[in-house]
Amino acid sequence: MAGGGSVRAIRDRIRSVGSTAKVTRAMELVAASKMRRAQDNALRARPYAQQMIAVLSRLAAGTGEGSEHSHPLLESRPVKSVLYVHITADRGLAGGLNGNMNRAGAALLLQYQPDVERVAVLPVGRKGRDFFRRAGMDLVADFSELGDFPNFEDVRPIARIIMEDFLSGKVDKVIIGYQRFVNAAVQRPTTIQILPIEPPASEEGADVASNVEFIIEPSPAALLNTLLPRFVEMQVYAAILEARASEQSARMVAMRQATDAANEMASDLTLAYNKARQESITAELLDLVGGVAALEAS
Amino acid sequence: MPLSLSIVTAQRSVMERNDVTKIVVPAAEGQITILPKHAALLSALGIGEMLVFAGNQIEPYVIHGGFIQVLNDQVSVLADAAEHAEEIDVARAEAARERAQRRLSGQDSEVPRGGVDVLRAQLALQRALARVRTARRHRTGQPSMR
Repeated sequence: MAGGGSVRAIRDRIRSVGSTAKVTRAMELVAASKMRRAQDNALRARPYAQQMIAVLSRLAAGTGEGSEHSHPLLESRPVKSVLYVHITADRGLAGGLNGNMNRAGAALLLQYQPDVERVAVLPVGRKGRDFFRRAGMDLVADFSELGDFPNFEDVRPIARIIMEDFLSGKVDKVIIGYQRFVNAAVQRPTTIQILPIEPPASEEGADVASNVEFIIEPSPAALLNTLLPRFVEMQVYAAILEARASEQSARMVAMRQATDAANEMASDLTLAYNKARQESITAELLDLVGGVAALEAS
Repeated sequence: MPLSLSIVTAQRSVMERNDVTKIVVPAAEGQITILPKHAALLSALGIGEMLVFAGNQIEPYVIHGGFIQVLNDQVSVLADAAEHAEEIDVARAEAARERAQRRLSGQDSEVPRGGVDVLRAQLALQRALARVRTARRHRTGQPSMR
């Protein structure tokens, strides 16, 4: 029985590959359903974001450039200290998602490092936190474990910290990095500046609006005072929602590929198994035939 | 021509319709009424009840701060939070009100004395009161407070 051991070994491998495929398939399905919800959350936040951008650009346009309506959160000053808000997933098994984001974040920091005195990271998500911790970066706070579907209230403390640090002069520039959700197959590492706020450029409607005299209550300054912090919160929230939608879709795709690979491996192994089994049967038959022939010859 | 109105929060779009004839909203400087052909307006919002008149119905909402923009009969409300009166969880709002009142009167055993963020507690109380009042006044089958 020459091939007997290898036949059994192959059979065991088929079984283990098969159960791996079952696990990755289950993870794919979980990710698919979470992706729908995460995508939904991101979409539902969009009208608010769009309207807020419209209001902000009108307010900036409506108050006119001549009148000094500046606000501390709009103040651009020489950059000595940069804070980078790094959004990643808490868990892996999402293909290149976290690795790509970490690489993009590191590249951004390397670009700033030579010119500024201090670069700090505020990680949102374990994968990014662990990455920058290993790199020995200065971490100002840790907002990992926000869950798959964070709500606005969960995210506000992040915005509060960055605004406090900016207003107190501890940091001069805040950048946020996240995986932008393009579609289920494509996520793109994206970094945007959130502080100082650069008032969104007025779009189509704003040209008309700049001619309209708005009644502004209580006053442009007071309105900016409440609007700008909301704007920062909204941007952080939107970035996290996008990142979550990206995470689930990347995981879904990665798990689908893993399932396909496992199934392919299982079918290759089954082929090898059948061949080995056939060979061992043939060998046994030959032994038998050989034995009979030997007996007859004697 | 009627007004078109949308109420959105960061979490969701609360309502949207374009057959609105009148809106009463708690602006920062006091309650204001918006009728068609209102002048262009940008205003901060306070906490309180917002009434939407459409058809022959009045839809009550509770609004917790935010902004309103009126332009060419398009009204956008960007609220920090907003709920239809029917959606309000009265029991939760009552509990929140009691908690806030306890904090403000310094009788909360869970919070060390002096550790109370008075401003926060006051805001929480205001929000809870707005919810309770709006729900009480408009909830069908419930006795009215006033």
